[in-house]
Amino acid sequence: MSTVSINPGTMTPGGNRPATITPGAQRQLKNHTSIGQTVRNSFTMAYRGLLKIKRTPEQLVDVTVQPILFTLMFTYLFGGAIAGNVQNYLPMLIPGILVQTVITTSVVTGVQLREDMDKGVFDRFKSLPIARISPLAGALLADTIRYAIATTLTFVMGYIMGYRPGGGLWSVVLAALLVIACSWAISWIFAFFGVIARSASSVQGISMIILFPLTFLSNAFVPVNSLPDWLQGFVNINPISHLVTAVRDLANNGTVGMDVVISLVGAAVIVAIFAPLTVRAYMRKA
Amino acid sequence: MNTHSPSTDWAIEAHGLVKVFGDNRAVDGVDLSVRAGTVYGVLGPNGAGKTTTISMLATLLRPDGGSAQIFGHDMVKQAQIVRQLIGVTAQFASVDEKLSATENLIIFARLLGLGRAEARKKASDLLEEFNLTEAARRPLAKFSGGMRRRLDLAASLIAQPPLIFLDEPTTGLDPRTRTQMWDTVRRLVASGSTVLLTTQMLDEADQLADRIAVIDTGRVVAEGTADELKASVGTSSLQLRLEDTADTDDALRAIHAVLGAQGTVSPEAARITAPMADADRVTDLLITLREAGIHLTEMSVQKPTLDEVFLTITGHGVEDENSSEADADPRETERISA
Repeated sequence: MSTVSINPGTMTPGGNRPATITPGAQRQLKNHTSIGQTVRNSFTMAYRGLLKIKRTPEQLVDVTVQPILFTLMFTYLFGGAIAGNVQNYLPMLIPGILVQTVITTSVVTGVQLREDMDKGVFDRFKSLPIARISPLAGALLADTIRYAIATTLTFVMGYIMGYRPGGGLWSVVLAALLVIACSWAISWIFAFFGVIARSASSVQGISMIILFPLTFLSNAFVPVNSLPDWLQGFVNINPISHLVTAVRDLANNGTVGMDVVISLVGAAVIVAIFAPLTVRAYMRKA
Repeated sequence: MNTHSPSTDWAIEAHGLVKVFGDNRAVDGVDLSVRAGTVYGVLGPNGAGKTTTISMLATLLRPDGGSAQIFGHDMVKQAQIVRQLIGVTAQFASVDEKLSATENLIIFARLLGLGRAEARKKASDLLEEFNLTEAARRPLAKFSGGMRRRLDLAASLIAQPPLIFLDEPTTGLDPRTRTQMWDTVRRLVASGSTVLLTTQMLDEADQLADRIAVIDTGRVVAEGTADELKASVGTSSLQLRLEDTADTDDALRAIHAVLGAQGTVSPEAARITAPMADADRVTDLLITLREAGIHLTEMSVQKPTLDEVFLTITGHGVEDENSSEADADPRETERISA
């Protein structure tokens, strides 16, 4: 369903076009964008994002190398100290490193959005009668493929090192989907920085300052009871901790606990706050 | 060229548009009225406010003052409607560098609501129309400036918008590509579109536009048809350089007698410049000069340049870096070495 009147086939190749332009006064026009159109526009934009990944596969380095490197490093570095041996550490670490890796990946979304917005093609997007949110939503949607790659590689690395999740395959898939959904929600935060920041490197800077305390001051790598009391307080309310616990419950035990609900509600709240903020900031830059 | 119908439809009606960046009033009260089905030229140097004006009319920038209607729709309150009526080709190609030409067009077509097959067909039709079929699969990084411009314009025409904005469509193009772009603009108008284009070249506005607005420091300083504008500047000027500067007074007398106009002497070059209303009279003048034994080292006839239009209309020339650019323009000079 098009909001623009288009007469396919009226344009003859070779240049001798007849007078076929529908005059402005005779067109059926709407001043609002339907939800259906918004979804379609966003998916087209996501398709654009995928094409770009296909053209520049080197931008996938972070989601391929980081899961492999971090999983190996942390397992052998902390395994003995924290859990006595590597085997016992894996069920605790893999969900933690998964959440940490995938959420770190979502920073790239903001950085790339900033780079993309500086290009001329965004001017054209602004001049098209499309849903205003779609260039943003599409970019974020396309990046879920990056999260999926990072998630898969982390689980595969864990499996190679001997991790056998007790919840079975479907629970692992559910856990993976949960992490991807939450990372997508969190990527709106970085998209917001991407829109308001002046340069791509400043996006990277701001995002890392937020992300490092959030991912490391959680239960992702160490048991909470090994921490000082004041830190336990923070770690226990840290949404990352809830997400890590939710993934552990799902993957290791196949159970859906309160933490899954908290994670999903948290994700929804982030989107509810940052999606409008980001779109408004994006529109103001327009 | 006069392709517009007698309809009183206005494609653009802008009143007192203002855009302020910091302390810079980039656009300072611009009024424009563009009749549907015509080509309207906005002429001015860099930094005059041309691009800012287009950006506001194309809903890319929100105006700080004034209002504009596009086919009767308010560009702020009904922005989404306006976007359905316009195509924008910006000064710097608004296409995706990392994708191929076909992919670019398909994505824009899909965004405009075309189905998968329709979008594909539209893309290949447009590529053929703009002679880009051979390069369709090549990455855009390998495109020349002219190809990029053409692709950019093709992308603006997907929805067959009744109003097209072209921001300096030929800047940086070689003369042959420029002529092709001009032909394209003429075809667009023949098919019923309205075109608003900006340019730094009087000649380009002259070639294409039905009406021209001259814009300087954010204001419209003159408006009219190309003929009206040129008449305000004078048609052409004759420039003479004498072999012996002692003959200057005699030469000026001869010019006054034959052309009926007052010549002016530029001190640094010992060059005489005289307005020339009728080119035929030049022959008479040259004969007169030869009979008087006044020898010339050089003579040329020059059409008014943007510089002169500006000088006449605004009282100051085209400033700063633009002056060098204006000098580089292929001026309409027919040099005859004497």
